[in-house]
Amino acid sequence: MLIKKPPRNAPSEAHATPESAYVSRRTVMKGLGAGIGGLLLARSAHALDLFSSEKNAAAVRKPLEFAAAKPVPELTLTPEAKVTNHNNFYEFGTGKTDPAENSQGLKIEPWTLTVEGEVEKPATVDVWKLMNEIGLEERIYRMRCVEAWSMVIPWVGFELGKFLQRFAPTSRAKYVAFETLYDPEQMPGQRNRYVGGGVDYPYVEGLRMDEAMHPLTILSVGLYGKTLPPQNGAPVRLVVPWKYGFKGIKSIVKIKLVERMPPTSWNKLAPQEYGFYANVNPAVDHPRWSQASERFIGPGGLFSVKRQPTLPFNGYAEEVAGLYSGMNLKKFY
Amino acid sequence: MGRSSSGADWRKPLAMTLQVGVHLGALLPLLWLFVAINQGRLGGDPVKELIHYLGMGTIRLLLLTLLVSPLAKSLHFGQLNRLRRPLGLWCFAWATLHFSAWLALDLGLDWSLIGGELVKRTYILLGFSAWLILLALAITSLPALLRKMGRNWKKLHGLLYIVVLLACWHFWWSVKSGWIEPAIYFAIALVLLLWRRASIARWLTSLRR
Repeated sequence: MLIKKPPRNAPSEAHATPESAYVSRRTVMKGLGAGIGGLLLARSAHALDLFSSEKNAAAVRKPLEFAAAKPVPELTLTPEAKVTNHNNFYEFGTGKTDPAENSQGLKIEPWTLTVEGEVEKPATVDVWKLMNEIGLEERIYRMRCVEAWSMVIPWVGFELGKFLQRFAPTSRAKYVAFETLYDPEQMPGQRNRYVGGGVDYPYVEGLRMDEAMHPLTILSVGLYGKTLPPQNGAPVRLVVPWKYGFKGIKSIVKIKLVERMPPTSWNKLAPQEYGFYANVNPAVDHPRWSQASERFIGPGGLFSVKRQPTLPFNGYAEEVAGLYSGMNLKKFY
Repeated sequence: MGRSSSGADWRKPLAMTLQVGVHLGALLPLLWLFVAINQGRLGGDPVKELIHYLGMGTIRLLLLTLLVSPLAKSLHFGQLNRLRRPLGLWCFAWATLHFSAWLALDLGLDWSLIGGELVKRTYILLGFSAWLILLALAITSLPALLRKMGRNWKKLHGLLYIVVLLACWHFWWSVKSGWIEPAIYFAIALVLLLWRRASIARWLTSLRR
């Protein structure tokens, strides 16, 4: 069992990394010099970013109050600078550094989240107010991307299940559908197919009701002790640690409880590659690469490669395998 | 046109300048890459970006290589053909770096995994085949071997047409989403191949003999 309820006063991972350390690391990431290399060979979209990165001041991240997670000795945290500079958020470009470079101006305050559909008490919630009153906790989770890399991230958030209870789901609520902000003016990937990787926006995701109600499933509002930076899905995003990262929809504006399985973005784009369930499963390969192992992005430089075996349900089988008993996971990937 | 002695006067220095340009153009991005990675400029985890950068560079060098002969012919600028050898060799160097980065940095030199991926993933098999051909072309570009091989040299080096198609196909199948960029490269490759369809036809005929 990885997730333990810690005492409220336990030290958190956020306290273990001095801010000066990650601030200085972050300044290193800023600003790419021109260079014949950039001019000649950088992909066009990136080349533009190389020169624009300097003008975007990093979005302000506020410290959060939360119940700290107990350290998980078997997990090494991915350094904060890597968590916030290696992202898939195609609304801001398909390159791994595009989101950090292009999203800093995203207007995340105020932000409302609408919960509707098969609920007795639909409502629109002020997310920033919610952060202050709901009682946040830290969760140190493995994060496994479908692209076969992984991280360990100290999230701050709250259980989705407990949150949904507030709206009194009806007996017809079988699935939960999520939707990211649709705002082409702020999100270059939504304006331009080429920048946005051909995804049909707004980005949508979904969970089965029992998956959504599972205590491991959280809505995250922060990482490393502070509110999320835009590139990680500010101000509120989904984290389902036993599923591939693309299930963790970012910058959510709408949650709708529904009776039928909702469409999901990557499944619509390439159904033979990305399923609705997307449970981390080393036994079911992606058509173009093996899912049996993963490259862990930890501390250390380029040549400290750490290839490690991928665990069934990303290491959370004990907690969640029961949700899928009797299902053929090769068919429902 | 262009055959006069006065024309030749500026053509030779121009060809030599272009040759220096090829070397610098292929080398400087690698130096930039080295510096950028060391300074953390490729983001939190540069492995994917590095592999893509090297792969894209390889495809661009391939297309440039393919451009030389028809350009030399239509401009009546035979000395341009001097660029083919350095371009081809740089292309092989970039392809080798691309392949090595995948082997060492992405898969961590896990040979059983690498073997499995080479066999199971068509797009990797395509890229690997392209690299093997480039390897053969690079080895046989030694002047001594060129002379020794005679007509067979041309037959072998016609395989570059296949390499270009394999590389574009490899790119096409490797992208996670967004078919536009690989489609553009495929289109450029097809235009270049069509431009030199006469040479390709001659190459194909020579293979039958």
